[in-house]
Amino acid sequence: MAHVPMDYALYLAAALFLIGLVGVLVRRNLIFVLASIEIMLNAAGLAFVVAGSRWGQPDGQIMFLFVLAMAASEVAVGLALLLLYRRVFGSLDIDRASRMKG
Amino acid sequence: MLHLLFLVPALPFAGFVTLALFGRLLPRRAVAWVGAGSVGLAAVVALGIFASFVAAPPAGDAFGQVLWTWFSVAGLTVRVAFYLDPLAVTFIVIITGVGFLIHLYSTEHMAHDDGYTRFFTYMNLFVGFMLLLVLADNLLLLYVGWEGVGLCSYLLIGFWYRHWYNGYAARKAFVVTRIGDTAMIVGLFLLVTQLGTLQIQPLMQRAAAAWPTGSALAVAAAALLLGGALGKSAQLPLQTWLPDAMAGPSPVSALIHAATMVTAGVYLVARTNVLFDLAPDVRLAVAIIGAATLLYAGVSALFQTDIKRVLAYSTISQVGYMFLGLGVGAWSAGIFLFWTHAFFKALLFLAAGVVIEAMDDEHDIFRMGGLRRRLPGVFWTFLAGAAALAAVPVVTSGFYSKDLIIDRTLQSTQGSVGLWIVALAGALITGLYAFRLVFVAFFGPVRNEPDPGFKIGWRVMLPLYVLATLSVVGGLIDLPPNWTHLQWLDHFLAPVLPAAPDETGSWVTGAWVTYMPVLFALAGIGLAWLLYQRRRQERAEVETSAAARYFRAGWGFDVAYHYAFEVPYDWLAQAASGDWFDLPVRGIAWLTRASWRALSVTQNGLVRSYLFVIGLGVAVGILLVVVR
Amino acid sequence: MTATFYVAAAVAVVSTLLVITRTRALHALLFLVVSLTAVAVVFYTLGAPFVAALEIIIYAGAIIVLFVFTVMLLNIDTASERGERARVRPAWGAGPTALALVLLVELAWAIGSGGPHVGARVVGPREVGVALYGPYAIGVELASTLLLVALIGARHLGQRARQTGLAPGEVELPVDLAPGSLAPEGQGELVAMTAGAHTDQGAGPPPDHEPSLAETGADERAERGES
Repeated sequence: MAHVPMDYALYLAAALFLIGLVGVLVRRNLIFVLASIEIMLNAAGLAFVVAGSRWGQPDGQIMFLFVLAMAASEVAVGLALLLLYRRVFGSLDIDRASRMKG
Repeated sequence: MLHLLFLVPALPFAGFVTLALFGRLLPRRAVAWVGAGSVGLAAVVALGIFASFVAAPPAGDAFGQVLWTWFSVAGLTVRVAFYLDPLAVTFIVIITGVGFLIHLYSTEHMAHDDGYTRFFTYMNLFVGFMLLLVLADNLLLLYVGWEGVGLCSYLLIGFWYRHWYNGYAARKAFVVTRIGDTAMIVGLFLLVTQLGTLQIQPLMQRAAAAWPTGSALAVAAAALLLGGALGKSAQLPLQTWLPDAMAGPSPVSALIHAATMVTAGVYLVARTNVLFDLAPDVRLAVAIIGAATLLYAGVSALFQTDIKRVLAYSTISQVGYMFLGLGVGAWSAGIFLFWTHAFFKALLFLAAGVVIEAMDDEHDIFRMGGLRRRLPGVFWTFLAGAAALAAVPVVTSGFYSKDLIIDRTLQSTQGSVGLWIVALAGALITGLYAFRLVFVAFFGPVRNEPDPGFKIGWRVMLPLYVLATLSVVGGLIDLPPNWTHLQWLDHFLAPVLPAAPDETGSWVTGAWVTYMPVLFALAGIGLAWLLYQRRRQERAEVETSAAARYFRAGWGFDVAYHYAFEVPYDWLAQAASGDWFDLPVRGIAWLTRASWRALSVTQNGLVRSYLFVIGLGVAVGILLVVVR
Repeated sequence: MTATFYVAAAVAVVSTLLVITRTRALHALLFLVVSLTAVAVVFYTLGAPFVAALEIIIYAGAIIVLFVFTVMLLNIDTASERGERARVRPAWGAGPTALALVLLVELAWAIGSGGPHVGARVVGPREVGVALYGPYAIGVELASTLLLVALIGARHLGQRARQTGLAPGEVELPVDLAPGSLAPEGQGELVAMTAGAHTDQGAGPPPDHEPSLAETGADERAERGES
């Protein structure tokens, strides 16, 4: 039998996604930005899983798997860039990288 | 002899070209010979033509000479052609004769000036244009001469251009006459579109045939031409330029602003008299304007202290008499006054020029005095001119001409008693200011000594003597009808100008009316003697009163025009200097820059703000998708 | 089951909120772990036990660990606390929060209400595996290629500088950078710091013993550490 109303599950996904969005926009430290991106990705995956569960098919979970793989590679590269950022700008404040203004 | 007519304007023009091109290379003597000689030769030719014309008048009392066709467009053909009739003959004799005397005078008077060559260049050009004006057979060629003399007037008033005032006076003259010129050209347009030609004789015939007396078109055309005449002849309301035009050298004032250019308006009205007879209201306006002007200018002349300004206002006043004469139908009388006025007014200006130079550039008559003892030759000639101006009876030409006009003003059916009274008052005032000038400057104690080293040569005195003689005897060509039957000028001009219609049954009749002008003139002279010779001291106070200042300033016309026209125009120019029409163009540029400034705020280089904007875009996008 | 869902959902939301509001990085990351675990529970209630396990193992267990390692190695924890306390004002969150609320409303409206109930059928690993090796085989290959690319990229970016020149991805920034982007003690010098060239610059440049990223990659072997 079904347990969870689908719309509530999707609300959850939306809420998590938006919290992650706020985190990206508000925080200035790069670590937090990357972490917030992870939150958003996770939420997106949740939405996929909900969709798959609605049809009772594995496709949702498979999409989540791919999202996961992508998140992992993104984190790897992102953290490497974070190291470089630290090295170049001397801090992790993303507002330092504003030379493309004007 | 008549076929040499073209030489009359051609010689001065040739003089102009020679001096313009080569004047710099020629020595002064050569310049004088060319400058004065060209006009002198033209005078000789003109006199010859005059004699020939009188002895053997051509058929129809007119001689035409076509030189070439200027243009022929859309049915309008304009030729450079001359038309010689008695009126034109009268004018060319005066223009070249008096003109030559003035040129002769200038060869000595202007001898110390750096612009000697330039002077004669402009003077020759002027004489050429003036001759073109009076000889033109069509109105367009006349207008060419009209504009040309206006140009030369500007050039010569502002002759000493280094001083700002002279340039200002020149510009003022040009602008004020321009107003009249504009009216005139509109009149020409009217005539050519309605009647199809600009040749004067056919035009007059067609107008008489096509337009009934008093019709709107005739009135309009006559009024517009009158407007042009008012400007050039410095009559009300366009008279403000002439007193300031005294900034030019005295020969210029004599030639242009006394003898010839200011009489161009008189010539125009006389030439187109048919048109004015077709519009009696306009003709009456001519008379009224003439009367008002002569009174206005006479009173103003009474309070001037600058010797040349007295003469300037006097010119305005005398030309007013000419207009009055034309307006009441005494056409030939008006021309007669032009004839005599040229003599004595040019004389007065030339003599004044000598006085000014002798007094080391002093213009104020109240700083002169007793000059009859210091400059006797000048004094006697000046006296002759002033007497002619005041129309001293019998012995001056002014008497015959001006009193004829005054008489006609009463006698003509087109005149009126009111105008006659004004003319009489004008006669008194004329006598008054003329002899005020004489008594203050030439009589009494010597207030300032003239320059002792000042020599007057024959080239200055000869013109003065000749003009003085002419001022005395020049009126004998037309004597009052109740004296003798010698009205030569009247008969001479009869083919051209209509006779003055006589009125019968006026309540003012009798032989005594013809003596009224004499009475008033002598009264004026007597008053002047009383005030300026006997009781000198009181004069000083009166002349500084508020009323005196008002009249001296030309009754405040300059001030009125300043506030009526100059101030609003300046304000308008200031307001429009923001270049409104450019606003859309500049507005586009401003808009672009403003939006750049606004948009560049968003380019702050911060990742977070970019993300925020992306989020906004997403919100909007979802909105569009969901709301659909 | 339904109750489990609600509880887990509440925990997830609360802990995620705490993630974005912490000043210390480690605290945030730990709360993130909590959030991910809660989401795993949600997966379980939705009848997807496989991804629930994957969430814990890979997401919380590897990716967050990666974060933690980075935080520890770069000493971001306390530095971030100082920085965030100094710079971030709570009021600045107003704009993004408003935006998020707007989006929430929009999404809520788009999602609608009254959908079917889900989670009835449990889709186990076997089914997922069958689908993976069946229709989605190509996806699997692509995902592995992606991971390979990330591996190589991360290793390359994390590489120490050569003897001369700059490390890959490093740029030489001119002296006239906006103030503050220079290292605190590095005024007047090129900010481009070659590893090993500056040893006593203070807090700005990283310590000499900075490890290359190769050691922190998930699937990589320890690489040489340059000096």
